Amino acid sequence: MNAHTDTHDEDHEDGHAGGTLGSYVSGFILSVVLTAVPFWLVMTGALDDRTLTAIIIMAFAVVQIVVHMVFFLHMNTTSEGGWNMMALIFTLVIVAIALIGSLWVMFHLNVNMMPPMQPMGPAT
Amino acid sequence: MLSQVWAFLFGRLSFESLPFHEPILVVTFIVVALGGIGLVAALTYYRLWSYLWHEWLTTVDHKRIGIMYMVLGIIMLLRGFADAIMMRSQQAIAFGGSEGYLPAHHYDQIFTAHGVIMIFFVAMPFVTGLMNYVVPLQIGARDVAFPFLNNFSFWMTVSGVVLVMASLFIGEFAKTGWLAYPPLSGLDASPDVGVDYYIWALQIAGVGTLLSGVNLVATIVKMRAPGMSMMKMPIFTWTALCTNILIVAAFPVLTAVLALLAADRYLGMNFFTNDLGGNAMMYINLVWIWGHPEVYILILPAFGVFSEVVSTFSGKRLFGYASMVYATVVITVLAYLVWLHHFFTMGSGASVNSFFGITTMIISIPTGAKMFNWLFTMYHGRIRFELPMLWSLAFMLTFVIGGMTGVMLAVPPADFVLHNSLFLVAHFHNVIIGGVLFGMFAGINFWFPKAFGFKLDRFWGLVSFWFWVVGFYAAFMPLYVLGLMGVTRRLRVFEDPSLQIWFVIAAGGAALIAIGILAFLIQLFVSIKNREKLRDTTGDPWNARTLEWSTSSPPPEYNFAFTPVIYDSDAWWDMKARGYQRPLDGYRPIHMPKNTGAGVILAGLAFLTGFGLVWYIWWLALVSFVALIGYAIAHTFNYDRDFTIPAEEVAETEHGRTALLGAGA
Repeated sequence: MNAHTDTHDEDHEDGHAGGTLGSYVSGFILSVVLTAVPFWLVMTGALDDRTLTAIIIMAFAVVQIVVHMVFFLHMNTTSEGGWNMMALIFTLVIVAIALIGSLWVMFHLNVNMMPPMQPMGPAT
Repeated sequence: MLSQVWAFLFGRLSFESLPFHEPILVVTFIVVALGGIGLVAALTYYRLWSYLWHEWLTTVDHKRIGIMYMVLGIIMLLRGFADAIMMRSQQAIAFGGSEGYLPAHHYDQIFTAHGVIMIFFVAMPFVTGLMNYVVPLQIGARDVAFPFLNNFSFWMTVSGVVLVMASLFIGEFAKTGWLAYPPLSGLDASPDVGVDYYIWALQIAGVGTLLSGVNLVATIVKMRAPGMSMMKMPIFTWTALCTNILIVAAFPVLTAVLALLAADRYLGMNFFTNDLGGNAMMYINLVWIWGHPEVYILILPAFGVFSEVVSTFSGKRLFGYASMVYATVVITVLAYLVWLHHFFTMGSGASVNSFFGITTMIISIPTGAKMFNWLFTMYHGRIRFELPMLWSLAFMLTFVIGGMTGVMLAVPPADFVLHNSLFLVAHFHNVIIGGVLFGMFAGINFWFPKAFGFKLDRFWGLVSFWFWVVGFYAAFMPLYVLGLMGVTRRLRVFEDPSLQIWFVIAAGGAALIAIGILAFLIQLFVSIKNREKLRDTTGDPWNARTLEWSTSSPPPEYNFAFTPVIYDSDAWWDMKARGYQRPLDGYRPIHMPKNTGAGVILAGLAFLTGFGLVWYIWWLALVSFVALIGYAIAHTFNYDRDFTIPAEEVAETEHGRTALLGAGA
């Protein structure tokens, strides 16, 4: 509910462009493909290397996020007067800081502080 | 059979859960019960229930919700302070073989509850309340972007508060410290309901905090008056924007980490347990990714208050507006890069500790820049020593001390000595009391006449101010000394008799603060009693600078009859300088949101869900959760959400103000 409708009508002009049927369909198809391929990779074990499979799935997931944002949330560099783009960049920065930072910190903590998984006997 | 029925109906709740064996709690309960009965009786006698429900509890007016947040903060300040004074007196007497008067399990709950309540249910409501009240007025808006969501957010916070307060008399609270580190907060070490109360109270209140963050960001981004570009926003609005961005980005981390802890406790998972691949250090890492931004969530609005107060009472434009904005934004980003300084000693090693030590030191630069901006604003100003200005001056002195001890703690080798000591406790009380709390008192004294149409009593304000400030120094400077001598936090009894004198001084300081709080309550009472004498009819009692002072005090429901057009960051000052004349006719009908009881009902259901989960009363949790979701969906079909104030009514209100202004002139 916008108590300001009487003065801020111009705000509704920019960026609120809803999608067309075509854009929703292409978004849907892309989403299905991006979901089906990782499923196929895991279920059939098409790749021998599990790490590689995991990396590919992660990459598909990231693309999936972008597809949703573009086709379903109608985000682009100019929507909402550029605020969507700003918010996206800020979010990416924060997520990157939290993920990379946590990985870095937890790696050091694990190396320095966690007991080794196997009992350490005298070297034989 | 009977016990199975009982277990189904009441989970692990039983008569033993009620603390009849604790005389302190029994007495507290009797006092609270009598007070509650008295309040209910008074409301019934004066027939205020309907007024309360229709005008306040169901309101979607950002001003009234802001005031309710402030009242909530004041009530919880009393609870949190009661915990504080119990700790101080326990530590002052538990020497020379004495065990003091608090048994260990009770003392542990008290220090946990003190921390949780003061941060989540005192500081956060104060900050949110002030932003709620002031921001829409400062940007020339009629309300926040989502008025119902605002009401819902408030009641979710209340729901969390009620859950924490319930733990006082039904069962117990967490005994883990305010951030509930595992493995201590895991099921093995804490099988009782305490940590569950903690988790669900914070999860429920967290929904409210997050949604109010979304709401205020949308309000500031979308609803500024025409002409108010970003660099013409008042500084308080800028700090509110940055704070709410921090809330939106940080609180989901807390929600996630508490959800993982809950999964450990309820579903037998092993995220943070000692075995089966769990890693408790991950909890500490994640909780501080939320925890450090939280510190800036609290302090940035206080910085905003000081900026408004210092420039108003120096009669000058704020020195370095642009640098103030950039400093705030830099702090917003840097707030995410320093979290590890809360656990330098956990073993990350030299490279990680150096990085986070340096980022922590860097964050003191924009903060220092702000300090100079305030000082230069005062320089050559015509300073009026009104109450808000006094609080700001006390802040500048106190916060610099707290900031410098903070930079000391940012040096990893020094932190290895000071970590978990009373030096740390003194440091964060130094910045939270000296920064946030002083800021809130400055804000309350500053904006009270706007909210109620009369100023707060100066004499009792001065009494409160001096007892708070002197009491703060008396209570916390001894803790710096004790911390440097190696005394760790959260201790209940002491061996070394030479330490006692410092704890006695600190307890004396707490007593002074108690007088300060009492004087604040008397200040409110006396001001209400003498309201005709303290009345302000102009709407601008301080000769202030920003837009909220251009409307009447208290502002009409619709805030502004005409949306103002902005040409300057000190919009009202600019309007006064250009000889602004209030328009006296041509009023138009105003479209407004309608009150709704949905927020109260949803939050009540959330409380029942939380209570059921705490006590393993699964049917209650399930039923109330389904009802919660169902009611929320049902409410979306309520299309009767708005009404229009007719132009005649607007004209009547505005003519009333014209008459008042004429009489005052």
